[in-house]
Amino acid sequence: MAEPVITVENLGKRYRLAHQARHDTLRDTLTHGLIRRWRRRAASTSEDFWALRDVSFAVNRGEVVGIIGRNGAGKSTLLKILSRITEPTTGRITLRGRVASLLEVGTGFHPELSGRENIFLNGAILGMTRAEIRRKFDEIVAFAEVDRFLDTPVKHYSSGMYVRLAFSVAAHLEPEILIVDEVLAVGDAAFQKKCLGRMDAISRSGRTVLFVSHNLEALRSICQTGLLLEAGRVAAAGSIQDVVARYHRPQSELAADFPAGAKPSITRVEVDRARLEAGDLVVRVSYEATQPLRPAAGFILSTAEGRPLFGSNMRTHPPVQPPAESRRGTCTWEVPHLALHSGNYSLSAWLGDKSGDFDHKPEAVAFAFVSPRHYPGRPPIHTIGPVDLPCRWTSEPL
Amino acid sequence: MSPAAELAPPVSPELVLEAGRAEAHYWRDVWHYRELLGFLAWRDIKVRYKQTVLGVAWALLQPAITLVVFTFVFGRLAKMPSGNVPYPLLVMAGLLPWQLFANALSSASSSLVSNTHLISKVYFPRLVVPLSALAVALVDFLMVAVLYAVLCVWWNFPPDWHVIALPCYTLLALLAALGAGLWLTALTVRFRDFRFIVPFLLQLGVFLSPVGFSTNNVPSWRVLFAFNPMVAVIDGFRWCLLGAEVPLYLPGLFIGIGVTALLLASGIWYFRRMERGFADLI
Repeated sequence: MAEPVITVENLGKRYRLAHQARHDTLRDTLTHGLIRRWRRRAASTSEDFWALRDVSFAVNRGEVVGIIGRNGAGKSTLLKILSRITEPTTGRITLRGRVASLLEVGTGFHPELSGRENIFLNGAILGMTRAEIRRKFDEIVAFAEVDRFLDTPVKHYSSGMYVRLAFSVAAHLEPEILIVDEVLAVGDAAFQKKCLGRMDAISRSGRTVLFVSHNLEALRSICQTGLLLEAGRVAAAGSIQDVVARYHRPQSELAADFPAGAKPSITRVEVDRARLEAGDLVVRVSYEATQPLRPAAGFILSTAEGRPLFGSNMRTHPPVQPPAESRRGTCTWEVPHLALHSGNYSLSAWLGDKSGDFDHKPEAVAFAFVSPRHYPGRPPIHTIGPVDLPCRWTSEPL
Repeated sequence: MSPAAELAPPVSPELVLEAGRAEAHYWRDVWHYRELLGFLAWRDIKVRYKQTVLGVAWALLQPAITLVVFTFVFGRLAKMPSGNVPYPLLVMAGLLPWQLFANALSSASSSLVSNTHLISKVYFPRLVVPLSALAVALVDFLMVAVLYAVLCVWWNFPPDWHVIALPCYTLLALLAALGAGLWLTALTVRFRDFRFIVPFLLQLGVFLSPVGFSTNNVPSWRVLFAFNPMVAVIDGFRWCLLGAEVPLYLPGLFIGIGVTALLLASGIWYFRRMERGFADLI
């Protein structure tokens, strides 16, 4: 059983972020080509972004793996590479078995075609043969519960019927390796339960399944092992329980150290624990450079889910008199009486000077904030938002 | 649901994914996805005339109107000679392959961009997409061929035994359209400019190919003319359909085949080179 069916070694995927319109036009290419030749140097207007970096792991036959991570952690890129939609930039992947991937429900469904026709079309797109689809046709229709509308164009379907039909075609794929992206969140509660049951059955039939989902409960019930991605790297791998626990634990990283580079670098970001417990946010960023500089630092405070809440930097907000030149030092940011509810937050740090950008550490530190203000019975944060501005109520009876 | 006993076969094909690695089983994969090719073509045919009043008649209407206009302009106004052949038949024998080529080329060129949702979500050899566009054009061609047959009966001008070569010339037209279409569709993914260039090229092409007149009218630079691969195809069609009235011009045929082969080989090369990046660019 311990034969790996998927081996991923040092996988990396680089995207070029062009600082211009998304689709190059011929004119752009021609003029840039000419200008570049003229200036005799690559006036690059693009920036590299590594969606995945040094990712290595192996999956054994029959294993069901849950892949978790925040938005932008590289989950979808990983699935796209595994399902051969896009090519890796570095590293290699060895797949032993037929792969089918389900990155979206109802890929290739055509609104003008009937349910019956779409089953065949979608099946073929997902890699099934005509004979295979015909064999499973009745099963698919029964699972989707759309038998009365089989010959109606799907543009007349309700959205529930549409996703049920789409999911049930996909659920009857029988590859050796199945790759599934966040598709469990379709349909009503009853249908979702049915989908989970189906996924469970598929995984118990000895197939290898890779799952991406934000529904951690579902992952915990279906998967044995997990893989946690953070900013394009594998942050944890192992039993699903451990990985989910690790995902939930951003609390205690109040300080982080970073190696110095050739450019001026952030070497340490630290949240003052004592002040935090008193209700103030005080963060210190340490920098190092080979040449003296007048540093400007900046922070962005975000929720644990990565949604920015508040940011500030010494260059503009509020502007600060540039400090004396030095090669090393610290900058401290103070936010007295942090106006937030209790919860998990993270901080991204930036280092620059009057005009340059030197270093950027996304989600450098994460902390749990326990607000000194207690509001027994207040609504949950996902309803009212994390911000807790000072406020006052008055009411006058008539 | 499948029983647990139905495990994967002991020896599974091994597939290695790496940067810049040409997929070893590419052509086998294309063959494996031939059913998808059929399904995509079938989808396009089925969906095309939905919510139109005239429906399939559109496939005949366009060539019919072009036929009338060309016959009037080239036959009546310009008084181009056509030998013993009725002028409308001469035009129709040229229009038949030209329509095939133009439809195949324009739908192949836009095929990748109009299937963006598939390309960014599922793997299959991308070559399937332009190939299925050819299949759709072929179906239209067969309908126009019926129109030709009707005209044949009307003017009582049946083709002789030459007609057996017609499938070869049809194939030549398709391959020429595929060669150019592969270039254009891969370029369109990157540069949307080609969306505007293709209709323009086809507009010019109908006059740079002997659609409305016979090649006999351009004797002095006939060799140069032959570098347009459609010249060989249209001459071939006329040779097949109008029989002894149109002699075969062999040097032109060979040049046409050579240019088509070059176009096709380079088209496949460029398409495959760009293919791996389609999902990132589209």
